[in-house]
Amino acid sequence: MEIISSNSDEQQPASIGETERWGSLITGGAMVLMGLRDRSLRGALVALAGGGLAYHGAKGEKCLQDKVAEAANLSQSIRVEKSVTIANKSPEELYRFWRSFENLPTFMKHLKSVTVIDEKRSHWVATAPLDASIEWDAEIINDQENQLISWASVAGADVDNSGFVRFKSAPQGRGTEVKVVIEYNPPGGAVTAAVAKLFGEEPEQQVGDDLRYFKMLMETGEIATTEGQSSGRK
Amino acid sequence: MKAVCWQGTNKVTVETVPDPKLINPRDAIVKITSTAICGSDLHLYNGFNPTMKQGDILGHEFMGEIVELGSAFKNGNIHDKGKALAVGDRVVVPFTISCGGCFFCNRDLWSLCDNSNPNAWMVEKVMGHSPSGLFGYSHLTGGYAGGQAEYARVPFADVGLFKIPSDLTDEQVLFLTDIFPTGYMAAENCNIQPGDTVAIWGCGPVGQFAIRSAFLLGAERVIAIDRVPERLQMAKEGGAEILNFEEIEVGEALKEMTGGRGPDSAMDAVGMEAHGMGLEGFYDKAMQAVRMETDRPNVLRQAIVACRKGGTVSVPGVYTGFVDKMPMGAFMNKGLTMKTGQTHVHRYLQPLTERIQKGEIDPSFLVTHTLPIEQAPHGYEIFKHKKESCIKIVLKP
Repeated sequence: MEIISSNSDEQQPASIGETERWGSLITGGAMVLMGLRDRSLRGALVALAGGGLAYHGAKGEKCLQDKVAEAANLSQSIRVEKSVTIANKSPEELYRFWRSFENLPTFMKHLKSVTVIDEKRSHWVATAPLDASIEWDAEIINDQENQLISWASVAGADVDNSGFVRFKSAPQGRGTEVKVVIEYNPPGGAVTAAVAKLFGEEPEQQVGDDLRYFKMLMETGEIATTEGQSSGRK
Repeated sequence: MKAVCWQGTNKVTVETVPDPKLINPRDAIVKITSTAICGSDLHLYNGFNPTMKQGDILGHEFMGEIVELGSAFKNGNIHDKGKALAVGDRVVVPFTISCGGCFFCNRDLWSLCDNSNPNAWMVEKVMGHSPSGLFGYSHLTGGYAGGQAEYARVPFADVGLFKIPSDLTDEQVLFLTDIFPTGYMAAENCNIQPGDTVAIWGCGPVGQFAIRSAFLLGAERVIAIDRVPERLQMAKEGGAEILNFEEIEVGEALKEMTGGRGPDSAMDAVGMEAHGMGLEGFYDKAMQAVRMETDRPNVLRQAIVACRKGGTVSVPGVYTGFVDKMPMGAFMNKGLTMKTGQTHVHRYLQPLTERIQKGEIDPSFLVTHTLPIEQAPHGYEIFKHKKESCIKIVLKP
């Protein structure tokens, strides 16, 4: 598998120790973003998938482009980590629903559609203001049945992104913990605007909302709303 | 339809608004036959909640008849536990909206439902986690249109709506929607043991039900504290001994009335708009006015200091934000327990209906005013200012 990245000029083979560390970070109980610090999520995901650390960021080294962006005080990436616990559903049930990517727009309200191209690849279309849309192809990096799906966008994405969703049994019949970690890597300068357009002022809230809607849909069969109700508003 | 709409601080009007319609599969539409104004509506009326919007339909104590059921009722995709709701059923509507499928609903903690507040993110920023959605109670708890109207949309109707036996009148069962279970849960939260004395601050509707519930749960004595004569009178009729806090120092009186021990449980049935006395009352009003403090906790402070060592403080009174000068030293050193929460209404519907049917309590004692819904603005005024001996208003749409 090949992950194409604008920053893939410094490829390093992974040491076994590194791979194990990323593995336990992503599948364990700690806060993932805290563990990653200034390293890239994509690199960690690739390492976990056993593909070697085919990404410079995982080694904590910065390429020239990163350094320029940093010097110009542009934020290099937006990272979000959110978890919910879903009662009365097993990791298997939730994995199955999520793995059918066509289901995702039912609870991710900014998505217009997800089209599965083949076993690895899918095409994503999200809404943007002024009837615009933003599109990208994503490739599955790692698919551990009933536990974890990780992905990254491929070359040509409007917004480079990578992430994973993890399903894990909660203790003593408390259902399943679902964690989503996403990193958006804007391609250089004009980025922040594009990302803000797509993901709103607070990407963290959007991911949080999406997960909440997923929980509502799984636990109650519907998404609570007041849109369309009566009021005396003038 | 006609609906009571919030227009701003101290202003409600009756407007003609569109009839509600089904939105989600588990919704129902209820045609309202009786609806009440709650003391907590006055917090909204008084402008203490910054997430009210002009035009919001108020009201969270209502009952009526099912006129429409959502698609889930046809395909059986519901959690109704065999209730078999049907169009035409006479029902009460709990003020807390609960999904029936989350961790909290499954543990009988209905007011903590995870899935019924679409605006949970707002609350999470302040409180860490969100309680359930509530009808007609600001956008912080979901922004759901309320039930001071001719019709209401009820989400998760399969879980919430409770069928009422035909031999009971509206006035006997209407308060199952909030204040009777609220008073009852507050009494349960007092952890009443044989021989116990319960002190209750606030003889409004919740306090009245708490007094009677404390006796139902085996309290030896109830001491009720207020300053409004007709409320104290009603408390007395419920079996309580009474204290007027404008005439007597409550802490001293409670100690003397209990052989120096203090009441075994102390209940704050007043909440964030307590009328403090003297310097302390002035301090809280000033702090609240400049937004240094959102809630005035005079009663809570008194309750903590008055409660006997090792006792229980029960707080059904509503708080929304921050309080200042909490006697944490007294709370800690006296080894007190505090129990509180929005009411898990669903838990109490069946047992309290049975108590009403057996004649152990008749909640209609509380009603002092019955008004057509058009007179809701007048109702809010007399309730707020406790004019015309107003204790509880029922509106008829």
